[in-house]
Amino acid sequence: MWGRRRPQGRHRRDFISPEPAFLLESEFPGTNVGRRGRWTRKLCMTNCPTLIVMVGLPARGKTYISKKLTRYLNWIGVPTKEFNVGQYRRDLVKKYKSFEFFLPDNEEGLKIRKQCALAALNDVRQYLSEENGHVAVFDATNTTRERRETIYKFGEENGYKTFFVESVCVDPEVIAANIVQVKLGSPDYVDCSNDEATEDFMKRIECYKNSYETLDETLDKDLSYIKIMDVGRSYLVNRVMDHIQSRIVYYLMNIHVTPRSIYLCRHGESELNLKGRIGGDPGLSVRGKEFAKSLAQFINEQNIKDLKVWTSQMKRTIQTAEALGVPYEQWKVLNEIDAGVCEEMTYEEIQENYPLEFALRDQDKYRYRYPKGESYEDLVQRLEPVIMELERQENVLVICHQAVMRCLLAYFLDKPAEQLPYLKCPLHTVLKLTPVAYGCKVESIFLNVEAVNTHRDKPENVGVDRSREEALRTVPNHL
Amino acid sequence: MWGRRRPQGRHRRVCMTNCPTLIVMVGLPARGKTYISKKLTRYLNWIGVPTKEFNVGQYRRDLVKKYKSFEFFLPDNEEGLKIRKQCALAALNDVRQYLSEENGHVAVFDATNTTRERRETIYKFGEENGYKTFFVESVCVDPEVIAANIVQVKLGSPDYVDCSNDEATEDFMKRIECYKNSYETLDETLDKDLSYIKIMDVGRSYLVNRVMDHIQSRIVYYLMNIHVTPRSIYLCRHGESELNLKGRIGGDPGLSVRGKEFAKSLAQFINEQNIKDLKVWTSQMKRTIQTAEALGVPYEQWKVLNEIDAGVCEEMTYEEIQENYPLEFALRDQDKYRYRYPKGESYEDLVQRLEPVIMELERQENVLVICHQAVMRCLLAYFLDKPAEQLPYLKCPLHTVLKLTPVAYGCKVESIFLNVEAVNTHRDKPENVGVDRSREEALRTVPNHL
Repeated sequence: MWGRRRPQGRHRRDFISPEPAFLLESEFPGTNVGRRGRWTRKLCMTNCPTLIVMVGLPARGKTYISKKLTRYLNWIGVPTKEFNVGQYRRDLVKKYKSFEFFLPDNEEGLKIRKQCALAALNDVRQYLSEENGHVAVFDATNTTRERRETIYKFGEENGYKTFFVESVCVDPEVIAANIVQVKLGSPDYVDCSNDEATEDFMKRIECYKNSYETLDETLDKDLSYIKIMDVGRSYLVNRVMDHIQSRIVYYLMNIHVTPRSIYLCRHGESELNLKGRIGGDPGLSVRGKEFAKSLAQFINEQNIKDLKVWTSQMKRTIQTAEALGVPYEQWKVLNEIDAGVCEEMTYEEIQENYPLEFALRDQDKYRYRYPKGESYEDLVQRLEPVIMELERQENVLVICHQAVMRCLLAYFLDKPAEQLPYLKCPLHTVLKLTPVAYGCKVESIFLNVEAVNTHRDKPENVGVDRSREEALRTVPNHL
Repeated sequence: MWGRRRPQGRHRRVCMTNCPTLIVMVGLPARGKTYISKKLTRYLNWIGVPTKEFNVGQYRRDLVKKYKSFEFFLPDNEEGLKIRKQCALAALNDVRQYLSEENGHVAVFDATNTTRERRETIYKFGEENGYKTFFVESVCVDPEVIAANIVQVKLGSPDYVDCSNDEATEDFMKRIECYKNSYETLDETLDKDLSYIKIMDVGRSYLVNRVMDHIQSRIVYYLMNIHVTPRSIYLCRHGESELNLKGRIGGDPGLSVRGKEFAKSLAQFINEQNIKDLKVWTSQMKRTIQTAEALGVPYEQWKVLNEIDAGVCEEMTYEEIQENYPLEFALRDQDKYRYRYPKGESYEDLVQRLEPVIMELERQENVLVICHQAVMRCLLAYFLDKPAEQLPYLKCPLHTVLKLTPVAYGCKVESIFLNVEAVNTHRDKPENVGVDRSREEALRTVPNHL
């Protein structure tokens, strides 16, 4: 229900909305349909693009939020792109000299910065109006009411719904930590020592402070926004207009920056894995049970604070968790992808019985849905509550399945839909994900218990008329 | 992942955050506290979190048999203050019993709680008992909204059963005045260490502070999605399908001849209703899509609206299920809500996958949902506050539209049969649900089919 377009006719999921042939009632209070003014206003229906506008002093986490939000929206299928005005500035002004560029009376600096903002907005317009983007995140300080009004008018002219996200933080420790995490390594400070960089950056923040106009409950009461205070201690939410804004607010209210790690792994090798069969609800093989013990040992050695353990409701993940000897929580939505009519078959049998389906799956593995089963796309939708809860939690170990793990990994590592179904998630290997700066550090730990390979690469020939041999070429070995 | 206890060993669930939650309503009279309490309680129970609301006004009505006038609430009325405090303590005592002895998860303490002193008393009570306290304040200054609230829920109150509308309104306005002088709203600075949501002007804006855990996060999300704009929700099933005719469950069949007739009748009905900005939702199964197609308007397909997956029993008749899986058939009759078809789903699973639909229904205004029998039962149970035991037996016949209109604290239901005959697909719970019952006993309540 998220995407606007559905490529295949196979499973139509969207609004089947015709383009309006006549002017509709305005959704924005105070605007007059048909009035000829300086700005022409475009029609806005419920599926009109959203322009998210970040607001806040430097080092308040705007880019962190922009990137994270963009990653989340893309993962759930809402085409989103972020536009970082600082990046436009770096592309234009090849070498950063000092904070003086940002002084409020630096005419040259102001001119360049305005130019960059407009260039970015132009790219936003292209993305949302010409390239079928749904959401654009405009990442800049946007600290004056004047600047925000300019952007709001831009949104109105183009038929976008504008939603502001402001981050307000006065805790000097948080700001210092942000500077260490993401500013010291910035291209702006590549030739500076850490102390020089920090000093310059603090002065840069000062440049903005005098003219900073925070979103105000009274003056800005007609705008749609969320104001995040002190990294999520409290929030002020005003005039949420539609579903996507409601989801964005929910997401932003659930993320945090407390250091932690997420451990992802599959169940131990199962009896059906050994035979090269997919799906089913088998128990662990001998080696799978060994892995479970190794996992218990690994977890102990890691000495993780308050580790939560989650499994699916299938035997093989539960058996794996049992060996850990700690409480764990079972989620039905973590169950492996349902292969429908192909459950418990080998790839050879699928080729034998459903050669057409087999080829169609190779053509579009992300969207392809097994007859009476699921697609990766369906998986992502059912895993969304898991992602939301993973964001809320701190240290978590998720014992799941190959397709499920691919979906979760794609979220954390920002992998697009085309790559997702081919991510390598081998048995008996734990992936430790630690959020760092704007992304995620990944450590891959093989727990030294041999297992079959269950990874089938995309074959060269995905045509429906391919030979049996061509279809099965990439199938991994099995009993 | 919600429930703390799992009766069957069938699917064990350990609950991690197992501290009871005490939700404390805050606000002047006629600000929607009871509306929010009841709605939130209904939602939490539907998603499987045992919740109960405790309305202090009700305790007062039980104690002081006859309401005289607003003077009871005057701040210097010693007798009144004494009784009101007594009621609050009685309610808190029942809260403690529910959360600590009866395995409740969430208690909603519905009273004005307008002074910081009263809120501190309650917070301490929560701490002493190991509850997490979360405040929900409703602030509203719009006189139109307050007047509308009074009309909706106060005029019909037992307090005003012998008064005219004008007398009741006048008295109630004076009652509100009694609270105003001592009202201390939740303050960003003074109350910065409390967990709360402050709802302003019926949801125009919210202030959220220190959300502590998952359940509070869900409560906040829910409260931020509900609204009070008048609207109606239309629920119906697809038209009669080919498999319905044969008494077979599940599958992905097309409409029968009568089913197609129903689709046309539905189109006509919808036109006649002249509904403003109606959204139409279907599942991704042929029979609902074919039904919607006849309407000639845009519609949205939701996979999560698909019928319950009957697993190994898909496309069987009840006779065949009895033939092939007599044990499973009996187990299902023993606990139809939690029973999961082998390789299929339970009603409980359905509720979990339908939660986003409910959330979106709350956000929307006029919506027509064309779905399936089990799905419709789940949605109906949410709106009509039916418990898990009754949910799988709610009557949702084919070719009948249920029009739900929120009113006061609940939902008005109109049932409209669109005059196209269809088979009955409702199977009541048989008398004998034992695993050793006879074939005849098992099949006694199966409706007729070809």
